[in-house]
Amino acid sequence: MMNSQNGNEDPSGTPKTGPVMSDIVLIGVNHKTAPVELREKLALSDEEADNAMKSLQKMPYVNEAMIISTCNRVEVIMVTKNQTLAVKALSSFISKTKNIPPKELQTSIYILSGTRSITHVFRVASSLDSMMIGEPQILGQVKEAFKTAVTKKNTGLILNRLMHKAFSVAKRVRSETGIGGHAVSISYAAVELAKKIFDSLDGKTVLLVGAGEMAELAVEHLIRNTASGNLLVANRTFSVGVELANRYNGNAIRLEEIPEKLKTVDIIISSTGSPDYVITRNHVKPAMRSRKNRPLFFIDIAVPRDIDPAINRISNAYVYDIDDLQGVINENIETRNAESIKAERIVEESVIKFTEWYESLDVIPTIIDLREKLHLLMNMELSKTLQTLPHLSENDQVAFQRMSESLIKKILHDPTLFLKNPGSHRNRSVYLDFTRKLFNLDK
Amino acid sequence: MTSILFIIILLYLLSSAGYIIFLFAQKEIYHQWSYRIMMAGFAVHTVLIGYEFFRIGYFPAQNLHQTLLFAGWSLAGVFLLLKYRYRLNILGVYAAPLTTAIMIAAFCVPAVVVTPTPLFKSLWLILHIVIIFIAEASMALACGTGILYLIQEHAIKTKTNRFFLKRLPSLEFLDRTGYAFIVTGFTMLTIGLITGFVYAQLVWGKFWSWDNKEIWSVITWLIYAALLHGRLVAGWRGRRAAIMAIIGFAALLFTFFGVNFLLEGHHDEFTKW
Repeated sequence: MMNSQNGNEDPSGTPKTGPVMSDIVLIGVNHKTAPVELREKLALSDEEADNAMKSLQKMPYVNEAMIISTCNRVEVIMVTKNQTLAVKALSSFISKTKNIPPKELQTSIYILSGTRSITHVFRVASSLDSMMIGEPQILGQVKEAFKTAVTKKNTGLILNRLMHKAFSVAKRVRSETGIGGHAVSISYAAVELAKKIFDSLDGKTVLLVGAGEMAELAVEHLIRNTASGNLLVANRTFSVGVELANRYNGNAIRLEEIPEKLKTVDIIISSTGSPDYVITRNHVKPAMRSRKNRPLFFIDIAVPRDIDPAINRISNAYVYDIDDLQGVINENIETRNAESIKAERIVEESVIKFTEWYESLDVIPTIIDLREKLHLLMNMELSKTLQTLPHLSENDQVAFQRMSESLIKKILHDPTLFLKNPGSHRNRSVYLDFTRKLFNLDK
Repeated sequence: MTSILFIIILLYLLSSAGYIIFLFAQKEIYHQWSYRIMMAGFAVHTVLIGYEFFRIGYFPAQNLHQTLLFAGWSLAGVFLLLKYRYRLNILGVYAAPLTTAIMIAAFCVPAVVVTPTPLFKSLWLILHIVIIFIAEASMALACGTGILYLIQEHAIKTKTNRFFLKRLPSLEFLDRTGYAFIVTGFTMLTIGLITGFVYAQLVWGKFWSWDNKEIWSVITWLIYAALLHGRLVAGWRGRRAAIMAIIGFAALLFTFFGVNFLLEGHHDEFTKW
């Protein structure tokens, strides 16, 4: 049956005896439990993931498995008959191949099973467990991981169904909540704002003032949106500017050229360490005239500020400093949190639905359902037949009844034995699912 | 008659409500249905005006009731067309209620019976009226776009109003669309004035008679000409262009109604009530 007694520190599930159903177990580390150093060490290359898959395949008590490895998480999802053994084997495999002492692993790893593992998978796919909630990449990564596992024939009935449900949950979360629609990083916020000033960023020229790491972070996302646009880099140390410009196919200019370039550029991102304003109102005023009032957008991420805030008062020039952008971000985070409540509800609903299906795969409920179905059919037919035979005595009727009952018992005897023990190497879930379909038990 | 007008107003009212819901809820479906409902209203509206035309035998713009009816029709028609062309969905929040208001005004103004003179039957006059009304509708939309521009610009500049920031399109887009509306309107206004002069020549034997309406028409035309000239030569874009579009439309409204109510001149029957 469903088994969710596991906590973070307790990898040893109760040993299972007798014919219990296999369980969905998830083992992993993510950005919340492990520092980046450990995540880096754990991240699997394609080859390593391949090897891990193979060793999982060899474990007799693991029926299905897949591995999700991104920069923020490494997770293994398994369907196993023996959770304790599987977890132990996997942990030792990881600490061996990755050369990490088991102790270190123990503190950051989480082991989930039952509904908790299902919930976790759904939340990961819907980007609710991401470092940046709602970021769109994770779904693609999970899909990719699943595809790999499928081509390696490492998944079966349960994981296939689980992952397909996870994808549809993610789709619902995306379309029914606003979780993916709000910018929550400086560069996203800057692009969002730029798109409210310029109709399209395609073909716009970006001027980067100061070539620091912060500037590069901000410019990266912006550049992706200005497909055929141009990048200019102005830096105090010219050579550093040239290097950065080269990386993005741009050109380097000297700081003295900025006032002249204001006539042609569209977006300026500034992040110098200068104590004074680098661009002042007097630079911009004349530039506006020669650029025929085409809008000019300043993004000032420097502290102390580089762009004179008075420029914001010039018509068609817009200045956003780091605090303004932070304001945009904070508000978006608020909306996002509100939306994530909606998203969690969707996940919860889907977990309940999946669990229903999953539990139906257990032996006992299936046999009960089967027996009930046969009883139902028998009672219907029996009462029909008895109606046409009114001359029968009460004893005769009881005899009929008894005969039918024992027929049902005889019919069910072999299937029940088989379902309880289909053979050590066979995956019982498949037969249970098949039985339910064959007798149409899920109607 | 009244019941048909009532149906038209109801449809426009529904469309307005839809657009206002769209402003808040931001679901595509709302503006799509508002657009369809407005189209339905416009279809009934067209039938009504066509019916009037055939019933009285000359173009129905001889009293304030008819004039408003036709003004509402032009606004709805031009909006439906330009919105289809420029995809400025949010403009419906301005255009649909404005159309509704004009129609309600038409509903409230009694239809004064005017004895038609043969003068009204001229093709030049019909051309003049239709073209001028299309010009005025385009300018009304340009004014609306200008208002949206100023709201959005204010939101971006002050960094406080995220409500409109999220809902309105980019400044560049609003500016460009507003400009397109003004070019359309200005072209129509020019042609409309020319047809008017031709008509005057045919009827009164002179192009120009220093009539108040004529003077104000030319003033309005000059304002828009200045706006376009400024944009092409001096780069009057963005905020200034938006303000000019609003001023231009105010002048146009004065030429349209103000001259008739406050000053005297020909075109009087046109606002009779």
